[in-house]
Amino acid sequence: MRYAMAMDTKKCVGCSDCVVACQTENNVPHGFCRDWIVENVDGTYPNLEMEIRSERCNQCEDTPCVRTCPTGASHIIEGGIVKVTHVECIGCGACIQACPYDARYFHPDGYVDKCTFCDHRVSKGQDTACVAVCPTKCLYFGDLHDENSPVSKILRERKWKVNAPEAGTKPQVYFLI
Amino acid sequence: MKKTSRRDFIKISTLGVGGLTMLNPVLNWVPGFMPKEKTPVDESKAKRFPTFCEVCFWKCAGFTYLNDEGNIQKIVGNDDDPHSNGRFCPRGTGGVGLYYDNDRLKEPLMRVVENGKSVFKPVTWEKALDFIADKMKIIAKKHGPESMALLYHASSGSYFHHMLEAYGTANAAKPSYAQCLGPREAAFVATFGAGLSSPEPTDVKNTKCLVLIGNHVGENMHNGYVQEVSDAIDRGASIITVDPRFSTIASKSKFWLPIKPATDIALLLSWIHVLIYEELYDKKYVEQYAFGFEELKLHVKNYTPEWAYTQTDIRPEDIRNSAYEMAKASPAVIIHPGRHTTWYGDDTQRLRAMAILNALLGSYGRKGGFYFPESKKVPEYPSPAYPHPKWTWKDITKPTYKGAGTGLANDLIKASLPNSESPYKIKGWFVVGTNLLTTVPDKSITLKAIQNLELMVVVDTMPMEITGYADIVLPECTYLERYDDIRSNQHRYPNIALRMPAAEPRWQSKPGWWIAREIGVRLGLQDYFKWTNVEEELDWKFKQMGTSLEEMQKIGVKVYEKHKPLYLADGEEYFFNTNTGKIELYSIDLEEKGYDAMPRYTEHKQPDDQFYRLIYGRAPMHTFGRTVNSPHLSDLMSENTLWVNPSVAKIWDLHNEQYIWLKNQDSVISSFPIKVRITERIRHDSVYMVHGFGKTNDKLSRSYGKGIDDTELITNVKIDPIMGGTGMRENFVTFVTKNPHQKEQNA
Amino acid sequence: MKEELFVSGRNIPFIDPVLHIWHWQIPLYLFVGGLAAGLIFFSTYFYLTGKEKEYPIAVQVAPFLAPIVIVLGLIALLLDLRHPAFFWQLYTTIRFDSPMSWGAWTLGAVMPLSVLWPLSYLTEIRAYFDGKNRYIINLIDWIFKMMKQYWIIEWVYKLSIEYRKPIAIVNMVLSIILGVYTGILLSAFNARPLWNTSLLGPLFLVSGLSTGAAAIMWMAKSHHEKIAFSKIDLILIGVELFFIVHLFMGFLASTAVQQEAAGLFLGGEFTAVFWGFFVVGGLVFPAILEILELYGFKIPISIPAFFILFGGALFRFIMVDAGQITRYLY
Repeated sequence: MRYAMAMDTKKCVGCSDCVVACQTENNVPHGFCRDWIVENVDGTYPNLEMEIRSERCNQCEDTPCVRTCPTGASHIIEGGIVKVTHVECIGCGACIQACPYDARYFHPDGYVDKCTFCDHRVSKGQDTACVAVCPTKCLYFGDLHDENSPVSKILRERKWKVNAPEAGTKPQVYFLI
Repeated sequence: MKKTSRRDFIKISTLGVGGLTMLNPVLNWVPGFMPKEKTPVDESKAKRFPTFCEVCFWKCAGFTYLNDEGNIQKIVGNDDDPHSNGRFCPRGTGGVGLYYDNDRLKEPLMRVVENGKSVFKPVTWEKALDFIADKMKIIAKKHGPESMALLYHASSGSYFHHMLEAYGTANAAKPSYAQCLGPREAAFVATFGAGLSSPEPTDVKNTKCLVLIGNHVGENMHNGYVQEVSDAIDRGASIITVDPRFSTIASKSKFWLPIKPATDIALLLSWIHVLIYEELYDKKYVEQYAFGFEELKLHVKNYTPEWAYTQTDIRPEDIRNSAYEMAKASPAVIIHPGRHTTWYGDDTQRLRAMAILNALLGSYGRKGGFYFPESKKVPEYPSPAYPHPKWTWKDITKPTYKGAGTGLANDLIKASLPNSESPYKIKGWFVVGTNLLTTVPDKSITLKAIQNLELMVVVDTMPMEITGYADIVLPECTYLERYDDIRSNQHRYPNIALRMPAAEPRWQSKPGWWIAREIGVRLGLQDYFKWTNVEEELDWKFKQMGTSLEEMQKIGVKVYEKHKPLYLADGEEYFFNTNTGKIELYSIDLEEKGYDAMPRYTEHKQPDDQFYRLIYGRAPMHTFGRTVNSPHLSDLMSENTLWVNPSVAKIWDLHNEQYIWLKNQDSVISSFPIKVRITERIRHDSVYMVHGFGKTNDKLSRSYGKGIDDTELITNVKIDPIMGGTGMRENFVTFVTKNPHQKEQNA
Repeated sequence: MKEELFVSGRNIPFIDPVLHIWHWQIPLYLFVGGLAAGLIFFSTYFYLTGKEKEYPIAVQVAPFLAPIVIVLGLIALLLDLRHPAFFWQLYTTIRFDSPMSWGAWTLGAVMPLSVLWPLSYLTEIRAYFDGKNRYIINLIDWIFKMMKQYWIIEWVYKLSIEYRKPIAIVNMVLSIILGVYTGILLSAFNARPLWNTSLLGPLFLVSGLSTGAAAIMWMAKSHHEKIAFSKIDLILIGVELFFIVHLFMGFLASTAVQQEAAGLFLGGEFTAVFWGFFVVGGLVFPAILEILELYGFKIPISIPAFFILFGGALFRFIMVDAGQITRYLY
């Protein structure tokens, strides 16, 4: 099993529902977030282009965060989801330095926190909170090894890219373009 | 697939020096050693209560979930609800913040004079309600009950409406009419004999071409609408966006027409010209259903794309090509009427032009155009007939604004002014869930009117600008802590939804139905409130509709069978509720009332040198100014920014993130500064900001002083002569880079 | 015009607008790690090559500083942790991929052994400080007193003298690991383009050795020993400069993000502090002073020594700070 997410930049309006749904789902403290919205504008008025992306931990195939963790608190579970065992985390910050996406942060309680692909939901067959809430349905989730999963299907149909592929982490959040 | 797993780690125990590893689970049990982690709610086991959202007027239905501690954790959409389809928007999802906001109104407050200074004193509910009832009795005796008015924009308004009608006044207005969607209602009534109401019956789901005139769907987060637009993008429908700003939806459009502001009617008329003179309109449809085609044809003869170019800055070929795109999709095309349409004062006519375009393209009553909505009638709980008021808002408004469909908030405010010459005078206000000072432009008038009131009651959940002027402030509990009247909005299928409390009201706040009832009882109107608890009333109503409170508490939403078709059948006879029974391209009704029967283009003022048109809009994470203090939503966007074109920024030497003040054409200076965002997304002759920020009530800890309130700078109000709407887009601002309030502070 | 902005979310403390989760603790820790590595390396190396008599200060006295600065480093490291009470989690697992884990274990091993090594020279150290530093004398006397009371301390002391050679070998190996580790710690983070270069390890190792040599040079009594370490330092500085030039050549020939990273030092905000204070103040200037001294000019050795130590510390602060600014996205 290999969980992945695809995000349709053509449909996303940047409403940030994914951000707030994640916060209420996962008790993300105020002032922090596990996912966020980026807007890119290019051109000169009136010849303009804009891309909006909902971003989060890329649940990389090659995980520098897990590799650099000195205690094993950062680890990989079923489906390639990268998680942090809070009680094993000493808060050294190595994994934060190691992440090219800056997807991790220090929780005020001292441990490192990040997107979990809502493993508590997906393990029960539900979508992640962000996917389930998105009003534009621009987020697709599923198992890449299952060719009928929404994410496998959309990646076959559409052109896509990933963020910072040159960082060499094999990110598993795909952006449909 | 190579996968690292925790088993790959070399634990000391395997090296034979165990011990510390064993300590791990032990230490984790030591109480207080680790802060207890909150685990996510298990939806299959958690307690949940149905509700429908109160964060905006779309009123999506969902469920409020409690966590293990029994506190409100999250709100999730109800899959059966056609408004949300199980997906809440960010404001709805962040609605929990409204409940958890500690800045909320906590207890009834009464204005008293202490040491010559007016202050709010906390009082008991008894005292507050007695005071209100006594005052209302005096007003009824002195001026007649008609002189009480209800200004509202909240679900609980319906119980106050009921109470006040029983008391003897029918003067009620929502700012959502004359400050927002009024012009389109008036225009569609004049054209098709029916308004659009909410949610708009636009069949976006099936459209092939969506035309948006300044409508920034996606930034307006009207949930079902946004969802259908997203589906339309998926289906490859073409979108045509007319906007001086490169809005989110403009970036997803096949045609973005960056129009010179205030020239929309020129573009619309030239589109009509192209459709008619290039014979691209739906001939069969127009012939069968429309009235006044020849007059229209003659009327638009000179409105060529070449002429429109001189007004709009949009090239003739772009005008033609976009018109062809619409014609190609006809009748599955929507010239979307939008919602906030009070711009330049000739708004009803602009919306008329849009309605006419829809008629020419044959989209009204057609698949992919406008469908015929249906709603479920909610029966009234048995109570005596209301007393007949001697006069109503119609007597105030209708002589001037003959096309007004409901009460106008701005007109009721004017009727409250001391120098009002009208014989119909308003002496008392109930302000329920609307912050009049930031919703109705030119607040100096509102403030003058307030000074003249004998009673002003504000019912709200949050301290707002308006609460500061009340005689009595009544803290309403949030929608997550109360029952409200049944939601029954139009949609493709008739449907109803229940809102019920998921928690006890915090502090001393109370539900609106309770407040309205208590005042009613004190006014001697017990007969109108024969139920003692709202559950009783709701259950009775639900039972009339073939369900029950008990059932609704489980399902939240009930969808009924349809009784009429969504679309016109091919060649179907259809009676439009207009003078001619047809779609009036030429409006007999408007002509009779003394207005133009067909939309005309008039040039509007353009900004003077060094001034820029103030354009405002929505952000998807906020509703008006009502959510900017919400813990969750202020996290997403805590202040607005001023969009400035790079060429303008260069002239003024502005840089990104710089804070500046604004001064409008009437020399009104903003209370607070705003952060500059230099962006290509806005025209050089305009600036843009999101509405609803710049809160001046310092009780709002997260939003006080953050950004600029655009309403403050809207002092030039262009009144729509037809329906009395307040056009707000003819205001111009210039930049003030040094703190203009510094001097006052020093003095 | 290109525009990139966060619509919502982010603005997370210590991460936005630029990463700043490591403050003074990590660079200090890296500095003292390198310094300790240098001290121990030269001490054990010259002992094992039989030059104890030639360089008595380097072999016998200077390493007493190592355990002291290592303790400082450990304290700094502990202060860096957001969960310091959980530091022991570091020692529940060995993770060869993690430089942090590596470092924790290396320090765990270096700490006792770096005590053991100078312990064997306690008499010599006492002699060096006699009349110079009352506190150190008192401390050493106290240790001797303890030995008389607790046989185990005396036993360890005797052991350290008896097994001087094997202890020296182990210490030398560990010092090299420690020195290399201080550089590898940063270069293991590919996500920070400035650190993402294999030159960083050797550069930190050389810089660490050079600070160690500078400390020895400062303490040395004989002109011979001073000059010897002055020469060693000169060579190390030369190598460092060579590495630095290559570092930037490498960056400029690399990806856009690394060119951007190099830009911080080539016109960017770190230009003045890096080239002015570190390269000139911490390398070139002391090198010139040392050359002048070799040619017989009378220059107090403490001046170049101080500047080298200062430069070494500054270098680490700059690299940690600047490295956190460099990123792939946004």
